[in-house]
Amino acid sequence: MSSALPWYILLLPFLAAVVIVLFTKSYRGLSSFISVAAVLGSFAFSCLVFATPNIRSLELTWIDLRPVLYVPLGFVLDDLSKTMLVLVSGIGALIHIYSLGYMRDDAGKSRYFASLSFFMFSMLGIVLANNFVMMFIFWELVGVSSYLLIGHWFERETAAEAAKKAFLTNRLGDFGFMLGILMAWTATGSVVFTDMEQQLARITSYPGYLTVAVLLIFCGAVGKSAQFPLHVWLPDAMEGPTPISALIHAATMVAAGVYMLVRVSFLIQAAPVALTVIAWIGTITAVLAALIATQQNDIKRILAYSTLSQLGYMVMAVGLASGEAAMFHLFTHAFFKALLFLGAGSIIVMLHHEQNIWKMGGLAGRLGITFLTFMVGTLALIGFPPFSGFFSKDAILALAHEKDPAIFWLALFTAFLTAFYMVRLVVVVFFGKPRSDSARAGREAPWVMIGPLIVLALPAFAAGFDFVAEFFVKMPDEHEAGWFVPGLALAATLLGVFFAVILYRKREQDPLDLALFRKRFYFDEFYGFLISATQGLLAAIAAFLDRWILDAGLVRGLSTTTWGVGSLLRLLQVGNLQAYSFLFGLGIVGLIYFTLFG
Amino acid sequence: MMLLFIVFAPIVAALAILLGAPARRTALWAAVFTLAATFLLYFFAFEVGQRGFQYVWSYPISADWRLNFTLGVDGLSLVMLLLTALVTFAAIWFTGEIAHHPNAFYACLLLIAGGALGAFASLDLFFFYAFHELALIPTFLLIGIWGSGNRSAAAWKITIYLATGSFILLLGLIMLYRSVPEAARSFDFRALQKAASLGLIPAEAQGNIFLILLIGFGILVSLFPFHTWAPEAYAAAPAPAAMLHAGVLKKFGLYGLLRVAVPLLPEGAQQWSTLLIVLLLGNIIWIGLVTIAQKRLDWMLGYSSVMHMGYIFLGIASGTLLGTSGAAVLIFAHGISIALLFGIAGEIRQRTGTLLLEDLGGLGKVMPRAGLAFGLAAFASIGLPGFANFTGEVMVLFGAFRNGADPYGFHIFQIATVLALWGVVISAVYMLRAYRSVFMGAVRESWSGLTDLPRSLRLPIGLLLAMSIWFGFFPQSFVRLVTPTFKSYFTRK
Repeated sequence: MSSALPWYILLLPFLAAVVIVLFTKSYRGLSSFISVAAVLGSFAFSCLVFATPNIRSLELTWIDLRPVLYVPLGFVLDDLSKTMLVLVSGIGALIHIYSLGYMRDDAGKSRYFASLSFFMFSMLGIVLANNFVMMFIFWELVGVSSYLLIGHWFERETAAEAAKKAFLTNRLGDFGFMLGILMAWTATGSVVFTDMEQQLARITSYPGYLTVAVLLIFCGAVGKSAQFPLHVWLPDAMEGPTPISALIHAATMVAAGVYMLVRVSFLIQAAPVALTVIAWIGTITAVLAALIATQQNDIKRILAYSTLSQLGYMVMAVGLASGEAAMFHLFTHAFFKALLFLGAGSIIVMLHHEQNIWKMGGLAGRLGITFLTFMVGTLALIGFPPFSGFFSKDAILALAHEKDPAIFWLALFTAFLTAFYMVRLVVVVFFGKPRSDSARAGREAPWVMIGPLIVLALPAFAAGFDFVAEFFVKMPDEHEAGWFVPGLALAATLLGVFFAVILYRKREQDPLDLALFRKRFYFDEFYGFLISATQGLLAAIAAFLDRWILDAGLVRGLSTTTWGVGSLLRLLQVGNLQAYSFLFGLGIVGLIYFTLFG
Repeated sequence: MMLLFIVFAPIVAALAILLGAPARRTALWAAVFTLAATFLLYFFAFEVGQRGFQYVWSYPISADWRLNFTLGVDGLSLVMLLLTALVTFAAIWFTGEIAHHPNAFYACLLLIAGGALGAFASLDLFFFYAFHELALIPTFLLIGIWGSGNRSAAAWKITIYLATGSFILLLGLIMLYRSVPEAARSFDFRALQKAASLGLIPAEAQGNIFLILLIGFGILVSLFPFHTWAPEAYAAAPAPAAMLHAGVLKKFGLYGLLRVAVPLLPEGAQQWSTLLIVLLLGNIIWIGLVTIAQKRLDWMLGYSSVMHMGYIFLGIASGTLLGTSGAAVLIFAHGISIALLFGIAGEIRQRTGTLLLEDLGGLGKVMPRAGLAFGLAAFASIGLPGFANFTGEVMVLFGAFRNGADPYGFHIFQIATVLALWGVVISAVYMLRAYRSVFMGAVRESWSGLTDLPRSLRLPIGLLLAMSIWFGFFPQSFVRLVTPTFKSYFTRK
């Protein structure tokens, strides 16, 4: 059965974005309404597609130059993409609704909702793409919508810089991604996933080539999922409105890298060396980000580093050759991290855009529902049983335990750190005495913002149970049901909670001062230096030479002396351009005439 | 007859304006009619997928020399005509108040358009060349007379460069004409093509001629290291002139390579492909870096346009159907995006009097329409998917990468592709940097009173962007047009 249904999922948000930009820009209320309606429609159609077995979609042609290159605009509709559809459009819908409250009085509300709809379009496109080129198209479109939304408040210098940085870092990853696609295509002769899988032998017979290709494709995921060493853009991306941080920079877009890797797992699992590299990149990211998170003071940045760290877990799972474990964690993480960000958003708004946790305090009583739901998110994130994160993280830990002890212990250490920094956050923000006037005056957010929190709290709690998760994701293979791994994980978590409570209870300021972590291992400084020392310097040199050697010296000198145009003109005593142009035309006609007819 | 109308509508209008017809109105109507006729040709009259030229119209000039004035259109020339008509329409619409001699100004614009249309529709070497010359001269005049900044230096420079290029090109074309044995000699592309496919052009002659043509066309397209005229000229030129030259007329050199050099001199092309690759990497990497260092918006745009020529050259050098078709897509796509960028930059200069990046800032707040349009065109030009530029780049990169690929190592085409791909990162760096410093950040007090683009400009901007987006999402409709032409190049061997 071939159906146009999946196209509606994709095109509704696109249409919404176009209509807003072209027609309803000056009607802010109408714009937001259109955008919300579109995403709800997408969600409804997603559910329909999810419930329809064996659905096939209409396919269009992007480029058809067979036998060399064939790129369709076609969809893949398997369990993986169907789950992602529901997840993306569902969380997307909640965040659209939440945004109605959060962005209520923003002057650029129409622009915001247009960008948001455009983001939904691009993200759903990644999920649906059945070939590499189409995925790359939406991949970059997601990048640009993220650019627009990070830079929503573009008059702020920090937001403008952050938007640029995010796009450029992603482009850097995409450089590798595209090259990897080129290599894989050259070997297999196709960019369509199913065809590539069939022709896999044509690339696996060259292990070296395959390893390079897979690592390059992985570069794309490193950029999009903000893995070490391209992780630097994500924390800065918190300059965007908080709902954006929840949707794009926590639940969906950054997960696209992991989704892509799972989508092409047939390819990467054929390259064992590349797998090891991937697993270690994930591990390094998980640990580094968690370390940095322990010393941040901006509530959104703490959550951003926590996102990095959790994405590290997922990439680790991919590298340990279990796409299922990665997807399981992606699934639960999307709920609890979106919940945490939205919770943070409602705090930030009610405190008049205060983001420093040390200016908060004692909010548990005043923001009751926010507090309760935030606690659900926190418990899920730190992997406290029976909250959802416990199960999905446990699956990854068990996997690591089975495959690579070094990674396992680092992952366990990360679990300890996660509990530590999250409980630090909760203790400082919600307990103790209010440490600023705005914290003393804070009130609960309106229902349009609280509602999504409650809705998200349910799956954040329950999405990890077998009977819930099975319905959506393929569960990782049942490991030996020992007590060892979950026991250790729980111990690490409790230890983290214990230390955090001891250290941060009733504190007015941070008792720890670890500059290395607080300064994020000096990555930004290092990259800044690297860029100005290489690209900046090269550009300056090239510009100088271009101007003074190529232009002033070589070519101009050559042309004037050789052709003697200048002297010829002086001879003729006509110094002005019109006369010259006329002579020029005349000369050419004469020249042609004499060479050909003379 | 249709082609005759398309080519001569702007020229006749130019003459009418010189004779005193109301300048703007006549020019606009001429542009609209040309565009309408081209659309008519594109949507209805032209038969897609058919090999050879359609709507051939011929008028004998000299029987002795087998010289005819012949017009005709195939897929390749059709997209060039479409590009020219679109950009002309936009350029004339963008033309603002002209301080002096407005009639001469509009006449020059129309002559450029007519010359370009004639060159793209001509089926013989003679008129192909002559029409281009016809378009070149008003370009010089526009810069020299109505330009800004250091206009006379810029005008002289572009004149010397392009005149030199034209002379070299002429030399090459004459050599080409003479390389065919007397009996088969002709100006007609179709006859020349037949002669070439019969092997009547000897290989050693091909090498020499190709090199000369490459240099001649190359200077016209700002191939590295013959590029330094471009940024200076575009910065000094009035915006509509920059739009027309960078968007359309400059593409004559690329069209010439695709129409003349590649099909007629395949062995010559092969001989010089390494040189061409080295030079085009100069365009992409060297000029890319130079672009990053620019401190003025107009210079940055000028250099970026030089840089992007590298990708088109790569498509031509790739020697594959895929890459060559990609080059055609890029010619079209780049023409649209650069025209819009120059057009909007011109509007900004009119309001602020400066294009120095550090003097601007926050314009997105006071000129939201300009911010949106410039942003879209800027993203198009750096190859964001969804715009035709991306389609072209992908096809070029895929086509080039595939040439001589083997699983044990990279050869020249693979290395060139990797570097070209790196250029995509470079172009994002300079474009986003410029966009950030012009449109983002806090508004300066001196700019807080600026007016946005007039609403009426939405029509040309929207039309051009719509074309780019259409071919970005459905490039097959473009590819189908040009492949019959290119297939004949590559199936012969």
